[in-house]
Amino acid sequence: MKRSLFNLFALLAVLSLALAACGGAAPAPTAAPAATTAATEAPAAPTEAPAVAVEKTVTVGFTASQTGSQEVSSKRQVNGFNLWMNQVNEAGGLTLSDGTIVKFAAQSYDDESNKERVQELYTRLITEDKADFLISPYSSGLTAAAAVIAEQNGKLMITTGAADDDTYKQGYTGVFQLYTPGSLYLTSTVDMIKTLDPAAKIAIVNESDKFSTAVVGGLKPYAVAQGFEVVLEEAYASDTADFGPIINKIKDSGATVVLGGGHYPDGSTFARQLYERKIGIQFIGILVAPPDSKFSELGDAALGVTGPSQWEGKATHTEAEAKGLGIEWFGPSGADFAAAFEAAYGDKPTYHAAGGYTAGLLLQKAILNADSVDSEAVKAALDAMNIFTFYGGIKFDTSAEAHGLQIGHSMVVIQWQKNDAGELVREVVWPADVATKSPIFPITAP
Amino acid sequence: MQQLNLLLASLPDGILLGFVYGVAAMGLTLIWGVMNVINLSHGPIISLGMFGAYIVFIKMGINPYLGLLIIAPLGLLLGVLIYVVAVHRVINAPHLSSLLATFSVNMIIIGLGTAAFTTSPYNVDFNMGSVTLGSTTLLGTRLIAALAAIIATGSLYLFLYRTRPGKYIRAVANNRAAAELMGIPSSRILALSFGLGTMLAAISGALIATFFPFSILSGGGYELKSFVIGVLGGLGNPIGALVGGLALGALEAIVPAFMETSWVPVIEFGLFILALLVRPNGLFGAKE
Repeated sequence: MKRSLFNLFALLAVLSLALAACGGAAPAPTAAPAATTAATEAPAAPTEAPAVAVEKTVTVGFTASQTGSQEVSSKRQVNGFNLWMNQVNEAGGLTLSDGTIVKFAAQSYDDESNKERVQELYTRLITEDKADFLISPYSSGLTAAAAVIAEQNGKLMITTGAADDDTYKQGYTGVFQLYTPGSLYLTSTVDMIKTLDPAAKIAIVNESDKFSTAVVGGLKPYAVAQGFEVVLEEAYASDTADFGPIINKIKDSGATVVLGGGHYPDGSTFARQLYERKIGIQFIGILVAPPDSKFSELGDAALGVTGPSQWEGKATHTEAEAKGLGIEWFGPSGADFAAAFEAAYGDKPTYHAAGGYTAGLLLQKAILNADSVDSEAVKAALDAMNIFTFYGGIKFDTSAEAHGLQIGHSMVVIQWQKNDAGELVREVVWPADVATKSPIFPITAP
Repeated sequence: MQQLNLLLASLPDGILLGFVYGVAAMGLTLIWGVMNVINLSHGPIISLGMFGAYIVFIKMGINPYLGLLIIAPLGLLLGVLIYVVAVHRVINAPHLSSLLATFSVNMIIIGLGTAAFTTSPYNVDFNMGSVTLGSTTLLGTRLIAALAAIIATGSLYLFLYRTRPGKYIRAVANNRAAAELMGIPSSRILALSFGLGTMLAAISGALIATFFPFSILSGGGYELKSFVIGVLGGLGNPIGALVGGLALGALEAIVPAFMETSWVPVIEFGLFILALLVRPNGLFGAKE
């Protein structure tokens, strides 16, 4: 009887946790909603100029992963967005041509890095909190879940921290992507490897989630087209802790370059174990984790590891660059953004933070261009958007096949190197014209 | 041939890891074997063991293996405390009551842990070098963790079979009413058993922290593995738990040699269900 009960319970526990794992998100313990400011229902868009300036508060809804597997990057993204909102509100809001002053209020909840929570909470943001515009959660998987709800309810959503291409190929018309699409994430890294070692043998090892699968979906054909031999393709579950068997496979494959990873927890674990096992890999390119400042906590295991980055303070885009390209410049300089972020949060901004800030900036520009907070007018403004900010170019695909897909933004490659004082620092190593340092190649095991 | 090479390279690693899985599972099966309580706070206690290693090494500068001498008694005390506060009152109630009680403890620990440490990953950046033997590389941290796991198992075995409190535990596990009639203080023995179970969980957590990053949520995965090992190795049998752990560790090394790593949980839990159907007493028999 005792055994049967234990066995039954164990079976139920395994099945339930396996189902949770299929959901692709880690469970998280707290569910406390954390509204950042009081929400105010936005009145209808102005139809004629009022005699006296009217102030409108536009509610921007989003969920944040305050707990769970996406916590690190999500918090940075939300900090970036909040910085933008505070700056706009403190500057007196946006003024439309009819004299209406638009201010912003954020309504957010902890999604626990969980897709089911995301869908519940975005429904709540739309139906109960009456959010006027939506910002995506962090990560492609959570955003895919949120985008369905936004589209079903006719709400406009700007996505940041969500690179997977698929979300923008579902026929949606109100979802706009800020990040460079996942399929292009590692292509610039391949370009760099071609200059370093055209005969490199590549092992592609990635998390088996939506985003990482999209990245390697674009990576492999690109690498092959560039003449590289892909000697290993291996996917791993999101909660993988022991990369030993995979590293043995890499060693056995004869690979000289490892590309892949997924998100912060698995990416940092993978990098650490690659370092510990010293299998003679000459180049490591990992998604998401290396551009995070927390990555330096790995110590020597971080040295030489590269990663694609949506934005880097050391190679920020400039007004002069925009002018050279003949594209309209909008927003603060990268230096001003970085200084404001550091003053507000005591930490240097990563691309996740820059993405959060720029999502707000994009909404601001769309409202100004539309001269309205009406959702349809703002959507039309986003469709027509072609601007340059400190974060880079922003332009959207407006075709029916991939509406909202980002087509104006490009990425850089960073590498952890040691400065003169022996401290680990993030350097931009590609493209060559914006690089702050030459890449360390091959990386050598100390 | 390639598969064989991979197998030879990965198997020793998997077996070393299996020792640590075995210690985690021993904690769970000991509590179940003695008092019929499914301890749902097992996972978070493993996580607390991980943070224990982090604090003693990063904050206090103590070698994490020496830190086990601090973490183990704290784990024991925590277990006794959990038993007295949450489990003792429901020990004779239907199983659902103890299940809910330990689940509540689980939520409390995770909530407090999240408030204190967030759910960001932490690292105990402790390197013991590595030994390369042919195609396999053995990490020093895993070798020492396996050694510590063997010592923990041996100590538990000696405690249960060679000491008076250990014999009391076995007596209570066999027949609590008869043990009480013989003058054995069953409540104190149950508290001690729960303490030993949590101590083993904390030790396994501290050992895991020396080679894998972790967060307060990380223990959940090892709790799940402990259930699988409990079924494979037989309940209430420390040696069975250790052997079950080794079997699971070996399986995690063998599967990737023949197919994609993402198949590991499928095979692992498929065999688990098969074991439930074919050998419900566990592959190595269970305590009766």
